Amino acid sequence: MQEKIRLTQFARHGGCAAKIGPDTLSRVLGRLPKFSDPDLIVGFETSDDAAVYKITDDVAVIQTLDFFTPVVDDPYTFGQVAATNALSDVYAMGGEPKIALNIVCFPGDLDPDILGEILRGGADKVREAGAVLVGGHSIQDDVPKYGLSVAGIVHPDRVYKNFGCKKGDVLILTKQLGSGIVNTAVKAQMASAEAEQEVIRVMTTLNRKAKEAAADFTVHACTDVTGFGLLGHCSEMADASRAVIEIGVEGIAFMHGAKEYAEMGLIPGGAYRNQEHVSGLLDAGEVGEVYVDLLSDPQTSGGLLFAVPENEAADMLRAFARADLGTEVSVVGRVLDDSADRPCIRLRDKVEVI
Amino acid sequence: MKEVDARGLSCPEPMMLTEEAVKNEKGAIRVLVTEPHQRMNVEKCARDHGRKYTSTEIEDGFAVVIE
Repeated sequence: MQEKIRLTQFARHGGCAAKIGPDTLSRVLGRLPKFSDPDLIVGFETSDDAAVYKITDDVAVIQTLDFFTPVVDDPYTFGQVAATNALSDVYAMGGEPKIALNIVCFPGDLDPDILGEILRGGADKVREAGAVLVGGHSIQDDVPKYGLSVAGIVHPDRVYKNFGCKKGDVLILTKQLGSGIVNTAVKAQMASAEAEQEVIRVMTTLNRKAKEAAADFTVHACTDVTGFGLLGHCSEMADASRAVIEIGVEGIAFMHGAKEYAEMGLIPGGAYRNQEHVSGLLDAGEVGEVYVDLLSDPQTSGGLLFAVPENEAADMLRAFARADLGTEVSVVGRVLDDSADRPCIRLRDKVEVI
Repeated sequence: MKEVDARGLSCPEPMMLTEEAVKNEKGAIRVLVTEPHQRMNVEKCARDHGRKYTSTEIEDGFAVVIE
């Protein structure tokens, strides 16, 4: 019998931890020519999750693509995770996914049935999202990679941007943090079965329900928390909104084992790159080092981070509870200022919010 | 002194080797790694086990001596 293939053995970095570091990216992208178009609602200047282009007064199209190397060993699960992650960019813009195309890199000498399972996992998630999968593109490569290009739609007036949070806003995150660290522990064969099950469940949960439950509320800013970690994505939001964001680390939901594994040193390299990137904006106060590690941990298929007015936050939390997201929702902090000369992120043990 | 040469290995292999060595070896251990973040992870592992350590830069990476 053929030995069972462990997909993660092919990848130096798995999932969103494979992302090129934010410092390198901003240096390279800064040299590209600027594009402008009166109907382009969201371009790449603000490092948002996807492009949004207005077609009519009622419809804008969202275009995104996302792919990465294996983050789990099981091919079907890897397909699910990669597709869930790619679809998330559409939800993070407030949209509804409509069309998906596969992006595939796969070694010519690996069993094609493994690829079949990866694609089946992806297709099942596209179906669950209510979109259609209509083909794609594949090439031979030594390291397997999979993802989707997704087109979605949104009303031009209901586009969620990753900036625009206002003083007094409450920041709500719809999934628990820790997937980069827990996946590292799984790869090191040091994770508990409970932690492994939880990280897979979280990474394969679509952000669809969270986005739909948020529809009745005022959303000043939204992004999905992925490769740059909570701190990286918060710093983008703070910087572009000129905001001072205060995060209360003790109120944040983390995956089982994440804190323990971080203390053991099972931290992906991407977390340290993320820390370097935010160092100019970060005031870590007196919080323990482990929280800085957890908050900079690159998330694969992470949750949506919403900035909502304080008087709507409690109702939004109730709406998420009713929607039964299947993940842990937490209040991560609040916006102290939105016209700051020096935008920043302050970490505190506790933040009194609601 | 026991030596763990994890240079050139990708994560989390250096941590698997360090964790095993720290658990089984009560005396000093010298861990060699290539990347700065691997050095920090090895230091965390030492702290987690209540062990003291000193780190130095070497030609092709870092040496962490865990007491």
